[in-house]
Amino acid sequence: MATDTLHHEGSADHHEHHDAAGTKLFGFWVYLMSDLVIFGSLFATYAVLMKGTAAGPTAADIFELPFVLVETFLLLFSSFTFGMGVLAMNAERLGQVKAWLAITFLLGAAFVGMEIYEFQHLIHEGYGPDKSAFLSSFFTLVGTHGLHVTFGLIWILVMLIQLYTKGLNDMTRPRILCLSLFWHFLDIVWICVFSFVYLMGVL
Amino acid sequence: MFGKLSLESIPYHEPIIMVVAAVMAIGGIALFGLITYYRKWGWLWNEWFTSVDHKKLGIMYFIVALVMLLRGFSDAIMMRTQLAMAAGGAAGYLPPEHYDQIFTAHGVIMIFFVAMPMVIGLMNLVVPLQIGARDVAFPFLNNLSFWLFAVAAILVNISLVVGEFAKTGWLAYAPLSGIEFSPGVGVDYWIWALQISGIGTTLTGINFFVTILKMRTKGMTMFRMPIFTWTSLCANVLIIASFPILTATIALLTLDRYFGMHFFTNDFGGNMMMYVNLIWAWGHPEVYILILPAFGVFSEVISTFARKRLFGYMTMVWATIAITLLSFIVWLHHFFTMGAGANVNAFFGIMTMIIAIPTGVKVFNWLFTIYRGSLELTSPVLWTLGFIITFTLGGMTGVMLAVPAANFVLHNSLFVIAHFHNVIIGGVVFGMMAGLTFWFPKAFGFTLSEKWGKRSFWCWFIGFYVAFMPLYVLSFFGAVRRMQSYANPEWQPWMILAWVGAVIIMMGIACTIIQFWVSIRDRKLNADVTGDPWDGRTLEWSTSSPAPFYNFARLPVVGDIDSFWSQKQRSNEQQEEAPYTDIHMPRNTVAGPVISLFALVIGFALVWHIWWLAGVGAIGVFVSFMARVFNDDIDYYVPAAEVERIEREHQQRVKNSDPYKPSAEVEGREGKQRYVEVKA
Repeated sequence: MATDTLHHEGSADHHEHHDAAGTKLFGFWVYLMSDLVIFGSLFATYAVLMKGTAAGPTAADIFELPFVLVETFLLLFSSFTFGMGVLAMNAERLGQVKAWLAITFLLGAAFVGMEIYEFQHLIHEGYGPDKSAFLSSFFTLVGTHGLHVTFGLIWILVMLIQLYTKGLNDMTRPRILCLSLFWHFLDIVWICVFSFVYLMGVL
Repeated sequence: MFGKLSLESIPYHEPIIMVVAAVMAIGGIALFGLITYYRKWGWLWNEWFTSVDHKKLGIMYFIVALVMLLRGFSDAIMMRTQLAMAAGGAAGYLPPEHYDQIFTAHGVIMIFFVAMPMVIGLMNLVVPLQIGARDVAFPFLNNLSFWLFAVAAILVNISLVVGEFAKTGWLAYAPLSGIEFSPGVGVDYWIWALQISGIGTTLTGINFFVTILKMRTKGMTMFRMPIFTWTSLCANVLIIASFPILTATIALLTLDRYFGMHFFTNDFGGNMMMYVNLIWAWGHPEVYILILPAFGVFSEVISTFARKRLFGYMTMVWATIAITLLSFIVWLHHFFTMGAGANVNAFFGIMTMIIAIPTGVKVFNWLFTIYRGSLELTSPVLWTLGFIITFTLGGMTGVMLAVPAANFVLHNSLFVIAHFHNVIIGGVVFGMMAGLTFWFPKAFGFTLSEKWGKRSFWCWFIGFYVAFMPLYVLSFFGAVRRMQSYANPEWQPWMILAWVGAVIIMMGIACTIIQFWVSIRDRKLNADVTGDPWDGRTLEWSTSSPAPFYNFARLPVVGDIDSFWSQKQRSNEQQEEAPYTDIHMPRNTVAGPVISLFALVIGFALVWHIWWLAGVGAIGVFVSFMARVFNDDIDYYVPAAEVERIEREHQQRVKNSDPYKPSAEVEGREGKQRYVEVKA
């Protein structure tokens, strides 16, 4: 099979190759847009239900902006480190790619850790998602984002393993690019969460 | 250990269900035995279940859809029988809680497990061939999508025997579908079946959207694409934009039911109108996901058999795009009566009526294509003509429903039932039957019997009018939908008439089954040797029937709309034949069926609250997905010599075929028998 591959690399401009990496990346973009519709539905639900506090706490009662600001900066900074990782990949520096991905992982894990702490704290205070429609929609919107970040973390781990076993090749490169799109996408969604949920809730 | 599941969950005391279950079990065991006896398991697994070939996946979608059609139709005839009996205080034979499950299952099955797989199956079979591609953009995802859909269909059928199905109507409106009013597992079956198949549909939408945008052959610009490809593209845009709303909505309902949250509950600040809005923000685009590809089928059929380029190609494309956009701003017309206010109702009423304009454009395009064409009355054309009449009628009753003031009278009456069956049977079913007949030879290499196809059409056509016109009449007497019995004995004659219509439709289904049987028996006589049985216009007819697994030995070059037609017109010019090259193809995959099987385990476990089993399923999905991710051996090359051998064989077959053989579609079986006798 190895000779086959060599033989066909020579004719990479041949029509039938169809730029597989480009197609993959485009397909992933389209997937992200469909994921955005899920978030859009959850944002709309939050907007409708945020006044449905059922005599329980309101947004202003339970959000702590400084805490959320730290979360926000962790995630924003992780987007920056991932960007550095992609730059390193373009420069063919495998070691640096691994290092930046590892740093991104740590920042993302810290973000998820803080979110779990926040949720656990709220539930402990008696403000769980079953207390009111407002809390249901808050936990679901923020939790769905957190779940996405967790999947991103698993994906980073998988990519780190693949970078160790396979290095940078036609298989791993597009995957890292897709993962980077995914990670930046979650960052943008978080900006919306921060603005619409936390800032507007407190201000 | 087994959550809510116990032996009590199996409805022993319901004789109807037990008989159905016994029939299903006997049929299943017989099928299993036959496959084992003929040692076909390896063949099924290697050639079909793990296949990433879009043509085979299309066929499998159709097989599952036709099986589910039998189930969905059984529900229909049971309901009609009940209503023919239960007049003037009579109870009929179906108790209310069973009747409620039947009308829910009928709607869910017909939309999600019959109409959707037929539409997606046809897209699979046709779109890559029409755009001159060798496969879809993501062949593995295509296989996974199919299997997610297939296991969801299995989950729905499990609900028949283990537990119950939802009694809430096909869209499971909250708060009725909440845990307070539906404590049983019926709604949970509904949730997980739709969630699993919905994810498969979203993946299909992404896959075909990318395929159509990225994989078109040289020279095929967007405005040279066949209309079926255009309508499929728009349907996939709708899938990508609307199915995530369904996923989110069902997830919120799930959180209400499983974690006691308050999205759609009556108390604690919940808002059940949010559910109705969300579900229809998906639900209305969904009906266009079904009808747009059917419009595409009719366009291909009518221009092929009228031997004319489609009238108004550009207006057809722009009408399709207009419908795609408008379909997202009409959803509120499903609940005018729920108090949104006069201005909001007026907006959605007007938007709904505006959709009639691009649809009208299409109807005139089809009519003008027929005008001065030489229309050949084959069975696909009959389905198309039947569609134009029936769908136009259904569209008019739709515009009537779009008037908010009239809607306050008609809401939840049998008028609504008659209207949407008018457009779904007249549009989607007729379209899929036309498409099935039209592209069947491309999938299998022989044409379907025209005689039985026409009989099926007439049964469906007449049966539809006999079954549903009485419902329009009954709605003016005040008959409402979803009623299990009624007090007024004067309704009974109309109900019996509707039952007769359902029986005529059943004869239509029987004709289709006979059609398959007869056509498979006569497959040598009906063989489509050239690959172009209808003198077709688009690229799928330029390759052999059935198409080779790589679709095209040389990728075609397109210079025109209906490029294969214009190529045939120029065929006396000798074309330079390029040498065959190696072809890059994806390998089959076991990951699709395995991941989906674990998804079925998760779905079943969550329905019954068997948490450890759901965990096992989740680990199974993760591990099998990782096995796929770490597998590098996912494609291969077909050597040029092998391509040449396959193509030579096909050319030889064309040469050996008898040029004087009468064409099956003109003379029918009698003509062929004469031909056989003369030859003998």
